[in-house]
Amino acid sequence: MKAKEVPQDDADMMRGIFREPVYSVDEKGNYTTVRSVGWDPKNEVMQQAWDNINEKIEAVRQKVLTGKLSPIAFYMEKQIMDTGLLAKYMGLWRWKVKRHLKPKYFNRLSDDILQRYAEIFDLTSAELKNIDKIKSEE
Amino acid sequence: MDIKLDFEHKQSAHCENGVVSNLLRFYGIELSEPMIFGIGSGLFFSHMPFLKIDGIPVTSFRPLPGVIFSRISKRLNIKFIRRKYRRNPQKAMLALDRNLEKGIPTGMLVGVYHLSYFPDPYRFHFNAHNIVVNGKKNGKYSISDPIMEDFAELTSKELTRVRYAKGTFAPKGHMYWVKEKPKDINLEEAIKKGIRQTGKNMLTIPINMFGVKGIRFMAKKVRAYPGKLGPKKAALFTGQIVRAQEEIGTGGAGFRFMYAAFLQEAAQALNNQKLFDLSKDMTAIGDMWREYAIITGRIVKNRNKADESYDLAADQLLKIADKEEDFYKSLLASIK
Repeated sequence: MKAKEVPQDDADMMRGIFREPVYSVDEKGNYTTVRSVGWDPKNEVMQQAWDNINEKIEAVRQKVLTGKLSPIAFYMEKQIMDTGLLAKYMGLWRWKVKRHLKPKYFNRLSDDILQRYAEIFDLTSAELKNIDKIKSEE
Repeated sequence: MDIKLDFEHKQSAHCENGVVSNLLRFYGIELSEPMIFGIGSGLFFSHMPFLKIDGIPVTSFRPLPGVIFSRISKRLNIKFIRRKYRRNPQKAMLALDRNLEKGIPTGMLVGVYHLSYFPDPYRFHFNAHNIVVNGKKNGKYSISDPIMEDFAELTSKELTRVRYAKGTFAPKGHMYWVKEKPKDINLEEAIKKGIRQTGKNMLTIPINMFGVKGIRFMAKKVRAYPGKLGPKKAALFTGQIVRAQEEIGTGGAGFRFMYAAFLQEAAQALNNQKLFDLSKDMTAIGDMWREYAIITGRIVKNRNKADESYDLAADQLLKIADKEEDFYKSLLASIK
């Protein structure tokens, strides 16, 4: 790829925080790097990955709002975690975390465990328990 | 404690190369990112359908994290000290402070998800990211993150959190630094070793998931995706390949352009015209990978409809595999 042909297709993927160096060839045939804000095919596949994640979050949100799953399920999905990863953060067995996704067990959780979940999700335990909050979470 | 080391930060495409390059510069050794990448035999290919992340097969254009690092250390005879502090974050942070007091820029592995300065679309649970801590002021650490154009900052709490990210490749407080100013670097020999291993790895691993065979294997899989998986999932699987190729700090075309840049530098260092010509071949191969990404981009854009471009994508991969096979053969012959 030629340096002057390095695409600058901005889809705000980097939020203006940085641009990515792309290796390319200058007019004399020497390699150089050009900072790029993005490229359409790349933006497309990144957006696809996030659409996929957001669809899953939306599905879980509905299940929490209709009482089928606990708020932990929602925040886990929102932080792109699965029960395996969340169990590692919690220092619990995976089957225990799976249980806590059910409202029945969630409602019986000790303050201590609730607090630990809340910290992982950057919430207070009151926020974690508040189902209304999930309605408006982006 | 206020410390600011005289550390120069240069942005790079890939974190592992970038950290090594930045650390060595501090000790007076100027090696570019492509040079580190080439000597460390960073170019690779693997497609592993049995290994899935989030239900999607893993494709990778590079070796496992840490591999470039250890090859560089061996081939350039640079001694690193490495430490892990499995269950003791306080000790890990104390050890870091002690290093800074001694004037040692310190590399470490961190998880990306909680890096507060990262843009949201890049925040996944990826734990093998490399940064260098090069100072501390008012309780905040100065961070040289190769992905960033300039220095970043993290509080002690934030840094502790990313050093103890959980999951695959959990860093467990791992940190590393240069033991002593390196001497007796045999650059020519290191370059040759790096090239030899790249050629071998791409041609001779007797498993169909790796190297040039892996590209052909993936072509077969991609061709079967729409029939087997339906339009949406097929698009997700094939989109992931392009993410590995373009998104994750590859410098474009799955590191192929970075490797071409390396060959140009290597041609000079070894005074070998053949490598210069091979650099041009590799640039052409990189351009072919970009065409492949364009085909895939179109598939992904129309992902809710049936799409005939999968055959086109698979054919492109087969063309690439043929070109790459010839390329690595010539590459190995060029340094005999």
